[in-house]
Amino acid sequence: MIIDLPRFIATERPYWQKLEAVLQKLEAQPDTRLSLDETKEFHRLYERTAADLARMDTHSEPETRQFLENLVARAYGEIHETRNRPARMNPLLWFFQTLPRTFRKHSRAFVLSLMITLVGSFFGAMTLAFDPESKPIITPFPHLLQDPADRVAEEESALEDRLDGHKTSFSAQLMTHNTNVSILALALGMTYGLGTVLLLFYNGVILGAVAIDYVMAGQTTFLLGWLLPHGSVEIPAILIAGQAGLVLAHALIGRGDRNPLSTRLRAIGPDIVTLIFGVALLLVWAGFVEAFLSQYHEPIFPYAAKIGMGLTQLVLLTVFLLRSGTSKKNP
Amino acid sequence: MTSRVLRIRTPEGVVFSQTLAGPVIRFSAWFVDLMVISGVMGVLGAVISIFGLISQDFMVAVYTLLYFVLSIGYGFACEWRWRGQTIGKRLFRLRVVDAEGLKLQFHQIVVRNLLRFVDSLPYFYAVGGATSWISPKFQRLGDLAANTIVVRIPQITEPDVEQLTAGHFNSLSQYPQLVARLRQKVSPSEATLAMQALLRRDDFDPEERLTLFAELGQHFRAKVPFPPEATDGISEEQYLRNIVGLLYSTKRKNPDTWV
Repeated sequence: MIIDLPRFIATERPYWQKLEAVLQKLEAQPDTRLSLDETKEFHRLYERTAADLARMDTHSEPETRQFLENLVARAYGEIHETRNRPARMNPLLWFFQTLPRTFRKHSRAFVLSLMITLVGSFFGAMTLAFDPESKPIITPFPHLLQDPADRVAEEESALEDRLDGHKTSFSAQLMTHNTNVSILALALGMTYGLGTVLLLFYNGVILGAVAIDYVMAGQTTFLLGWLLPHGSVEIPAILIAGQAGLVLAHALIGRGDRNPLSTRLRAIGPDIVTLIFGVALLLVWAGFVEAFLSQYHEPIFPYAAKIGMGLTQLVLLTVFLLRSGTSKKNP
Repeated sequence: MTSRVLRIRTPEGVVFSQTLAGPVIRFSAWFVDLMVISGVMGVLGAVISIFGLISQDFMVAVYTLLYFVLSIGYGFACEWRWRGQTIGKRLFRLRVVDAEGLKLQFHQIVVRNLLRFVDSLPYFYAVGGATSWISPKFQRLGDLAANTIVVRIPQITEPDVEQLTAGHFNSLSQYPQLVARLRQKVSPSEATLAMQALLRRDDFDPEERLTLFAELGQHFRAKVPFPPEATDGISEEQYLRNIVGLLYSTKRKNPDTWV
């Protein structure tokens, strides 16, 4: 009934110590590759320790059981892990192949993210067009409440650089704020996508309202010159964050996928991490551009140059996301 | 909150368990991490203030970016470097592990840390706390998305059974038939209870210790009564020590010693 515990421990302890040593080596150096013989020995030690743990079922001595459970749990994780080992990170390969491929893999979620934002923009534009009094409610930000014509006149006649001495910190604030919003768009995917949809819609509403406000005031050129240099990167970045949130929501809802929830979430984990890291990179660039270029207008920077730059960025980003990493040479 | 245990059955049919960490202890670990981040930012802030001599603008920018990177990257870096632990989790002996016992992957760490943004809403992890409270595995939303759990790490020590039995004369061993009956009648949990009581004997108050060993002695006497000449003159604790010695040892050649 009761096994001889002291003898049991004395006999088996050398095997447990060997297993512990292998585990420590694997845990300290995750890139370690065991040879065939080492793998066989590791597997043998695991099976022996697992069998020892099974023998402990007839003997509920807690300390030995805990010790063995810990060993078996760690070895189980190493032996039964079937996912690819994370290869050593190659930033260029990741940027030029993994990121655009992941974007294309979930292109439907991006289209949905874009559509939600467009619907929000349309709603915001129509609301402001038909009810200009609603401006303080739709765009409750002091710098957006000013009359567009007044602002353009003020900006174009400014003799001093209002961002002088603040450009770098302003840029850092933009980067961190936009990245926070993007991460929130992703994280709200856990509300079955409802939070992500609301966030994208609300962003769209503000964008649409601001756009129509400037267009109706006859300041379309200024609007494009102001928004396109950074917006051509920032807005797609937010849309990609929304895409990641919707991918997460889709996995959570599981429509059309009979796999268990944990399997579905496990499958999309690497993809949403790739997307959000890509978003962070895009937002760093957008932050620089917004602080150092977007806030300067004619006569300092010609609108045509700013619009040209914004459109060029948009085209390059589109080509990058749609074409990069499509070569069959690098599957 | 009572502790819960997650049992994982391996393909070999072996079951091992992980003790899940509840919301309260996890919140405590997070609070320690928050203090660490604040402390590091305090030190870095002092260093960064040197940049203020060159440019105030640059100093503010560096501080803003560093705080952002540290507050988000702290969880990534610590949990990746220390296999699922941060400083707070190390202090409270907690670890993030894969919910199915597999190896923790980098993307799981990133996802669970990024989803703090929604878990921390609206204040002080209200969403995450409520979710983990009702979750069977104490998972907050980030854990659910990343398929991770947070477990308590047990103190890993091998039991020192020999210290209880070595070198003592065992008066009960003179009756092999009664010993055999004892080993047959005593269940594993009863044997464990007796051994644990002996192993932890120094942790008890003197009075409680006497009461406990008296009750246990009475219990084992009722199972198999040994003749009075074998039990007279020995304390209840020594009686229990002899019982445990009989249950856990197979020494046969010389029943009077326990080596």
